[in-house]
Amino acid sequence: MIPYQFEYKRAKSLGDAQAMLAKNPDAKLLAGGQTLIPTMKMRLANPSALIDISKLAELSFIRVEGDALTIGAATTHGAIAASADVRRVLPSLAHMAAHIGDPAVRAVGTMGGSLANNDPAADYPAAALALNATIKTTTREIAADDFFTGMFSTALEDGEIITQIAFRKPRRSGYQKFANPASRYPMAGVFVAQIDDGIRVAVTGAGPGVFRVEAMEAALTKSFTPDAVASIAVASANLNSDIHASAEYRAHLVTVMAKRAVEHAVAHDGH
Amino acid sequence: MTTVSMTVNGKPVSADIEDRTLLVYFLRENLRLTGTHIGCDTSQCGACMVHVDGRAVKACSMFAVQAEGAEVTTIEGLAKDGKLHPVQEAFRENHGLQCGFCTPGMIMTAVAAIKRHGAMDRETIRHELEGNICRCTGYHNIVSSIEDASKKMSAA
Ligand SMILES: Cc1cc2nc3c(=O)[nH]c(=O)nc-3n(C[C@H](O)[C@H](O)[C@H](O)COP(=O)(O)OP(=O)(O)OC[C@H]3O[C@@H](n4cnc5c(N)ncnc54)[C@H](O)[C@@H]3O)c2cc1C
Ligand code: FES
Ligand code: FES
Repeated sequence: MIPYQFEYKRAKSLGDAQAMLAKNPDAKLLAGGQTLIPTMKMRLANPSALIDISKLAELSFIRVEGDALTIGAATTHGAIAASADVRRVLPSLAHMAAHIGDPAVRAVGTMGGSLANNDPAADYPAAALALNATIKTTTREIAADDFFTGMFSTALEDGEIITQIAFRKPRRSGYQKFANPASRYPMAGVFVAQIDDGIRVAVTGAGPGVFRVEAMEAALTKSFTPDAVASIAVASANLNSDIHASAEYRAHLVTVMAKRAVEHAVAHDGH
Repeated sequence: MTTVSMTVNGKPVSADIEDRTLLVYFLRENLRLTGTHIGCDTSQCGACMVHVDGRAVKACSMFAVQAEGAEVTTIEGLAKDGKLHPVQEAFRENHGLQCGFCTPGMIMTAVAAIKRHGAMDRETIRHELEGNICRCTGYHNIVSSIEDASKKMSAA
């Protein structure tokens, strides 16, 4: 399959990428290309130009300072999964990264690309929301609570580039997904985190976008055990139904994945 | 049109291509390296797997211009001096293919995985093969081939 014509430009720096985006309003950033290129091949996207930011060293890094973990937007899933620092500070995130797609997707796909795309079945939005991450861009800092605004939509403005994602080490956390056996995208994925200001439970894959489950958060605040969430069901009315699973089945999976995520947080601290 | 230059199987190559040319078409049609297959053309099957700067990637999901300046290896670049690569040899010995359509991709994925892991158990191999689909073998002998090669290569 062959996409529409476009012009390819490799950014020499973040400033260069910003300037090129400002000059070409119909251009798109290209990171790992693992969502954008298939979409262009299907001719569902028709950017006038692609501005490649995947080779910018200033966007590709993993830094730990005390309890703060900062990941550059163009860091690949593979690099996050393999990082000794991420495994130590936030093993649940390393586990998540290691189970995105397949090794070839992980070799080039990036955290910034995934968050900017906000696919309702993407893994990282669950981690970002449950861990109350901060998404830093070329113009501002956006709390995860304000970042995900709906299916494939985010708070990002035209021309705004995600530069890094900042996490704080939680007291404990765990992520479990029921993966579609073909793509490995979650049919339901639940991230459970106990952070300084409380417990947060974020669900991805099941609904039109990532969402929190307050009833589970309240139950886990009383007792951080798998049993605490075992009988809490989310309403199926707002969940997705497709060839892979009905909304009712997804609702069931959310409870099961929540239980397993808590088990992991307790037993393995997210491994 | 853009002039793209890269190293493919150790040889410098250069061509004038449209920016929208996918790497897999560049390899197959400009360079006539037809060992890299197109199975799904939708990023799912791994038949198009090649190495770009040592990492296995799907050549149908990358533009040739993205590989400007890169070292690319295809299935044609594995055998040396008329001798099969150990992973190719292991697929032959363990009957790791039937029709052979998926085989170049399987082998490129396996070579990259062995580089990262060394000797692998069967579970690790199956996890590493998540991006490669085979419609013939049921995977059993593919896993055996890679297990065999990974053990022989780490012992050597
Ligand atoms: C076979 C397959 C299986 C997959 N399985 C999974 C899975 O199990 N779980 C999962 O979560 N994902 C999965 N993915 C998606 C994959 O993780 C993608 O890599 C990811 O969604 C997009 O990241 P990218 O770097 O490839 O972005 P690209 O495709 O390059 O870009 C995606 C979008 O983000 C924009 N963008 C990129 N970087 C930035 C930035 N820094 N700032 C602002 N905007 C930016 C681009 O302009 C584009 O609109 C799968 C993909 C494939 C092909
Ligand atoms: S042809 Fe590239 S993944 Fe199938
Ligand atoms: S051997 Fe026929 S597709 Fe794998």
